[in-house]
Amino acid sequence: MPETLTPKTADQVLEVLKWASSEEKSLNVQGHGSKSSLGRAEPCDHTLDMSALNSILDYSPSELVLTAEAATPLADIERALDEKGQELSFEPPDLGPLFGRASDEGTVGGVIACNLAGSRRIKAGSARDHFLGFHAVSGRCEEFKSGGKVVKNVTGFDLSKLMAGSYGTLAVMTDVTLKVLPKPEKIRTVLVRWSTNGIYDHGGVRSMIDALGTSHEVSGAAFIPAKVTEFSNVDYIKSAGGSVTAIRVEGPGPSVAHRAEELKKQLGIYGTVEELHTSNSVTFWKEVRDVSFLAVNQDRAIWRLSVAPANGSRVALSILEGHPGEVIYDWGGGLVWLAVEEKDNASEAKVRAAVNEVGGHATLFRASNQLRREMPVFHPQTQDLSDISKRIKEGFDPGGILNPGRMYEGI
Amino acid sequence: MLMPKPDGDIIAKRREIIGAMQAIVPGEGVITDEDELRAFDCDGLSAYKQLPLIVVLPENTEQVSKVLRYCHDNNVKIVPRGAGTGLSGGALPLADGITLGLGRFNQILDIDYQNRCVVTQPGVTNLGITQAVEDDGFYYAPDPSSQIACSIGGNIAENSGGVHCLKYGLTTNNVLGVEMVTMDGRIVCLGGKHLESEGYDLLGVVTGSEGLLGVITEVTVRILRKPETARALLLGFESSDHAGDCVADVIGAGIIPGGMEMMDTFAIQAAEEFVHAGYPLDVEALLIIELDGPEVEVEHLIDRVEGIAKNAGAVHVKISESEEERLRFWSGRKAAFPAVGRLSPDYICMDGTIPRGQLSHVLKRMSEMSERYGLRVANVFHAGDGNLHPLILFDANEPGEFENAEKFGAEILKLCVEVGGVLTGEHGVGIEKRDLMGEMFSEDDMKHQQRLKCAFDPDQLLNPGKVYPTLHRCAELGKMHVHKGQMKFPDLPRF
Repeated sequence: MPETLTPKTADQVLEVLKWASSEEKSLNVQGHGSKSSLGRAEPCDHTLDMSALNSILDYSPSELVLTAEAATPLADIERALDEKGQELSFEPPDLGPLFGRASDEGTVGGVIACNLAGSRRIKAGSARDHFLGFHAVSGRCEEFKSGGKVVKNVTGFDLSKLMAGSYGTLAVMTDVTLKVLPKPEKIRTVLVRWSTNGIYDHGGVRSMIDALGTSHEVSGAAFIPAKVTEFSNVDYIKSAGGSVTAIRVEGPGPSVAHRAEELKKQLGIYGTVEELHTSNSVTFWKEVRDVSFLAVNQDRAIWRLSVAPANGSRVALSILEGHPGEVIYDWGGGLVWLAVEEKDNASEAKVRAAVNEVGGHATLFRASNQLRREMPVFHPQTQDLSDISKRIKEGFDPGGILNPGRMYEGI
Repeated sequence: MLMPKPDGDIIAKRREIIGAMQAIVPGEGVITDEDELRAFDCDGLSAYKQLPLIVVLPENTEQVSKVLRYCHDNNVKIVPRGAGTGLSGGALPLADGITLGLGRFNQILDIDYQNRCVVTQPGVTNLGITQAVEDDGFYYAPDPSSQIACSIGGNIAENSGGVHCLKYGLTTNNVLGVEMVTMDGRIVCLGGKHLESEGYDLLGVVTGSEGLLGVITEVTVRILRKPETARALLLGFESSDHAGDCVADVIGAGIIPGGMEMMDTFAIQAAEEFVHAGYPLDVEALLIIELDGPEVEVEHLIDRVEGIAKNAGAVHVKISESEEERLRFWSGRKAAFPAVGRLSPDYICMDGTIPRGQLSHVLKRMSEMSERYGLRVANVFHAGDGNLHPLILFDANEPGEFENAEKFGAEILKLCVEVGGVLTGEHGVGIEKRDLMGEMFSEDDMKHQQRLKCAFDPDQLLNPGKVYPTLHRCAELGKMHVHKGQMKFPDLPRF
């Protein structure tokens, strides 16, 4: 009988792991389960529900550092930070709706374990770049910590990097320390509306490269093709009638106004230029961050591609050629979200080949359980990297009790 | 500092090893002559010296791979070395090990403005990357003080910082990919021109791994467009408390400056005497705060920071009115180490990080220690991110004084940990802080770190004796305590 175990303290987490290890049972480690359909669908014997470890332990705004138990809701953290005019500047996405679930379910541990980030990734980095330290229990049933509570720290191996993006396969984090940053005073988004319908993806990527090549500290660069603009809740985008390039600048008022003005001049060569101010900007970039444009049609499989920015549209269009599907671009073209039909393993062969040709990786981010059981979700690794990964897994979780198979078979 | 006992069998096989290396790296690439080896006997931590068994300077990745493969098969240790500017002894040679110098990997391979990155060989200097792109208005952001000389490969090994990392991040936040050779000679690529490596973030763990996981043979870093302009404020305070308040208030106001540096009286006076930067001499703490960005932003923020500084009790406020003046403000800070060095035959430079709020407490405790040890200490401080660089002055010709200075240094680092900080902010552990690791980490903490090492280098041939005070065999680290008959936690709620 699968059971759900809900420890209340780090000590109890250790006890659960010892028990699982002793019984040789695998544990599905989860916070609120908001991303439970991300990764390979490999059933575990029992569920380790971390949701009772949900408090902020320490927050000192002047140190720009926050420590919280691993399953602290992101919403709670964001609220606490907001009161002090601060935020998690990697823009942790809220992917509930994309996965057909409710909003605001994510936990801080979850977003770190999956190493996710929003549009500001290009300027501020990802979850990994803001993750300073943690306490955890490894699959060896030993408590350990790494990192610290200060930003600048090179003491020992940076195990925070190892934990970020390890999908709970190595250790169960019990608390995490993050770097936080002041919220920008003002936000503006420069929009370029491409004149008529048609495929403008290459031009869209070109315009983002131009914007990112300036000194205007662009903190978001996305391209929304005409086909999906209607799903926005921002009137300008919704009624654009064509594809839209969106470039975000943030900072003190006078600076933002100046930079937006300069960007409008430069990008005017591509089409009609508009501007969104703070509140519309916030709505729009949340839609990009959460991939809302592709959340509507739940029948499609969704791929997440990370490639060199200049290759984004080439890769996407070569995959979509002759197939029904939708695409949006973030990170200046470097992050490609593709929605395709599930048939033919969600066009896996085409996707992998297109990405391999230019370098990068593709994750089958959303798909049916069946598909995520039958095919690799993450980009297949070379033999050498796979060997190293397996040895790391053996070092941290020799019995394979933590989320086995969630990332790769045998890991 | 005890290093692992040299392996006599390897030393006895020196001639044979030289032959094998010469077959792999033809020409001048194998150094065996004692006089020439002496050039490699230490890195920036020059108090510790050791002649390497030999030095090998390969020219390409294939040679590196073959060298490592040979050493792997023949149980020969390797110490990777970039420019040798490291401050923690990470490149200290081993009597029974080959020092593998990457100095001949000195070409920039690809400048890609569309993807805003540079692909380079690891022996190129940090500044060399900026110089290659600055005519086109770009630069590489991390700027360690040694940037004229230090290599980008070494920066990755140490996860180097610099004055601007408060706003622009450390090396780890600016490197996109590496090509690396593991100890068994396999060539692996981590990352690339895209963001995020998938699977375990091996690029993330290799960065800052101090040459213990692999030998980096190619590097991809991101470059940024140079800010339109930069200006600096020079602020003097009668007490370090006030300076600390000013730092907290600037951050509290939501401003992240490009750089925020603090110096204490001793450092101010030494620097002023040395370079005449125009520093006030009647203050206890000096802050240099630099704002960069578009002119209108810098103007706006300079005004705000000036207001904050005055509120916090600044008694001396000067704002740079020209690029020349801005550089003059920095000249004293940048010359602080040699300036202090002039006042003493020898000095050691420490590198702890503390929570910013602990600054005045730590300064007070340090001045007590200074009296107790009878050694002078000067402080320069990356105030923005809490990274402290106390310089301890001593005279190596006085018997016992070096040991005393080291003890003083260790006590400072212990204090950093005690107040919630860490042993090293940017210089690395190397051999210098190796034996202090237990102050910060438990045995289990360190064993988990070493298990990562075992995944890359199970025979522990890469840079042994560095970072970790105890070398555990990987077989021993891999053993798992079996929990048989463990009860489920009886009170655990379950559904």
